[in-house]
Amino acid sequence: MSKLLIEGVSRTFAGVGGGQPVQALQPVDLAVAANDFITILGPSGCGKSTLLRIVAGLEAPSTGRVLLDGKAVTRPGPDRGMVFQSYTLFPWLTVAENIGFGLREQGRPEGERNEIVASYIDLVGLKGFENHWPKQLSGGMQQRTAIARALANDPEILLLDEPFGALDNQTRGLMQELLLGIWERRKKTVLFVTHDIEEAIFMASRVIVMSARPGRIKSDVPVDLPHPRHYTLKTSPEFSALKAQLTEDIRIEAMRTAQTQSA
Amino acid sequence: MLRPLHPVAPGTRSVLGIAFFVLFVAFWAWITLGGHVNRIFLADPLSMLKDGWRLLVEDRFWLDILITIWRVFGGFVLASIVAVPIGIAMGAWKPVEAFLEPFVSFARYLPASAFIPLLILWAGIGEFEKLLVIFVGSVFQIILIVAVKVGSTRRDLVEAAYTLGATDNGIVKRVIMPANAPEIAETLRLVLGWAWTYVIVAELIGSSSGIGYMIINSQSRLATGQIIFGIIIIGLIGLLSDFAFKALNRWLFPWSLA
Repeated sequence: MSKLLIEGVSRTFAGVGGGQPVQALQPVDLAVAANDFITILGPSGCGKSTLLRIVAGLEAPSTGRVLLDGKAVTRPGPDRGMVFQSYTLFPWLTVAENIGFGLREQGRPEGERNEIVASYIDLVGLKGFENHWPKQLSGGMQQRTAIARALANDPEILLLDEPFGALDNQTRGLMQELLLGIWERRKKTVLFVTHDIEEAIFMASRVIVMSARPGRIKSDVPVDLPHPRHYTLKTSPEFSALKAQLTEDIRIEAMRTAQTQSA
Repeated sequence: MLRPLHPVAPGTRSVLGIAFFVLFVAFWAWITLGGHVNRIFLADPLSMLKDGWRLLVEDRFWLDILITIWRVFGGFVLASIVAVPIGIAMGAWKPVEAFLEPFVSFARYLPASAFIPLLILWAGIGEFEKLLVIFVGSVFQIILIVAVKVGSTRRDLVEAAYTLGATDNGIVKRVIMPANAPEIAETLRLVLGWAWTYVIVAELIGSSSGIGYMIINSQSRLATGQIIFGIIIIGLIGLLSDFAFKALNRWLFPWSLA
């Protein structure tokens, strides 16, 4: 059985000021197997973030439904951890308190909480920064904390919405390896939204390419590159072949987006 | 050369700030001691200090100062206790806002000083009436500002908390309230400044103690030196309480400054 099932999910936004309603997402079907790392690749504005927010329960689909372990998603919950593109650490909590936030909301006892938090601080390499405020951290460290915060709840699925989009290139590369390393060791079902082709291939066991707005699934590309993956993989011939194929796919969609915007 | 938005060195900043005070007092001394204005209408700086000293030593003016401070803080604390929870409720729950916002917006423009005759009828001319004037003047302002701040809580923080398993109750208590605490404290600091103007008005009418009473009392005796001394004392206490409030906020919310 699939871990996550997206059935005919679409989203239409009401028109602004009596205007035409806008369809952001055409009906999408997607089945995600347990422990799969899926990246959703698409040009900006294609509705990929909307799809992820619907899985998270932050938005309701206009049609269709999302099933996690056979249960319909109606609202956000700790079984679907999410990492956002914007920095969403709670500024009034320290790094350790941020990571322990979800556990605290669920009323886990303090001793247990501290143990779990310590292990995740270790996992994302933030030892020594437990008592820092988010403001004192770099962007990469903030996102590492955000990943640890989402993982600390031990969610059934991890949702990431362009989590490294605001980071510089070098930091982004390191963060990709860090997240992939965690996934290789701990095995989690992951849904990762990005517009970066290299990132999409490097991280994924399966790349879902989305069309220009209104978004739909255009192609579903398995990535059979071996694990553990190292950054040098990005220069291998197999990687380059995949990249060429996806670049072509995305280019057509990006051009389509540009045309609809200028029309 | 003055360049727009270019920062000024800390030393220069202090010198410039003090320089204005010096110029101000010098101008005041020049028009009074130089005989350019009638002494009856404006005392010179030296006799102001002399009058002030006599007030403190002989007339036990420090008791008036204490009673005024007590009124300001009493009325202000009462207003805060009532207004902050209402403001948070309005900001967090939109039906509460829809219910209260029109009335509070209207009440905010009712001048506290115009309520004094009514408040005297209701509460007499005792301490309670003085506190009520401050209360009426502050409470609606605090409610509205707090409601606006809370209403503009960062949505992405709220969403993040939901995905971490927070309940609606948890969102209010552990996201909305801490996220806005520094701004609420900052609002209170601002409104405390306004409370100082209300207290003097309250003391000008139907009062037998306080800084405002001393001022209105001095007017009938043309003691302009005492009036100016009283005004300066209010300014100094206001400045001190402002510093104290700022220091308290910095100590309470280190994360917002880190």
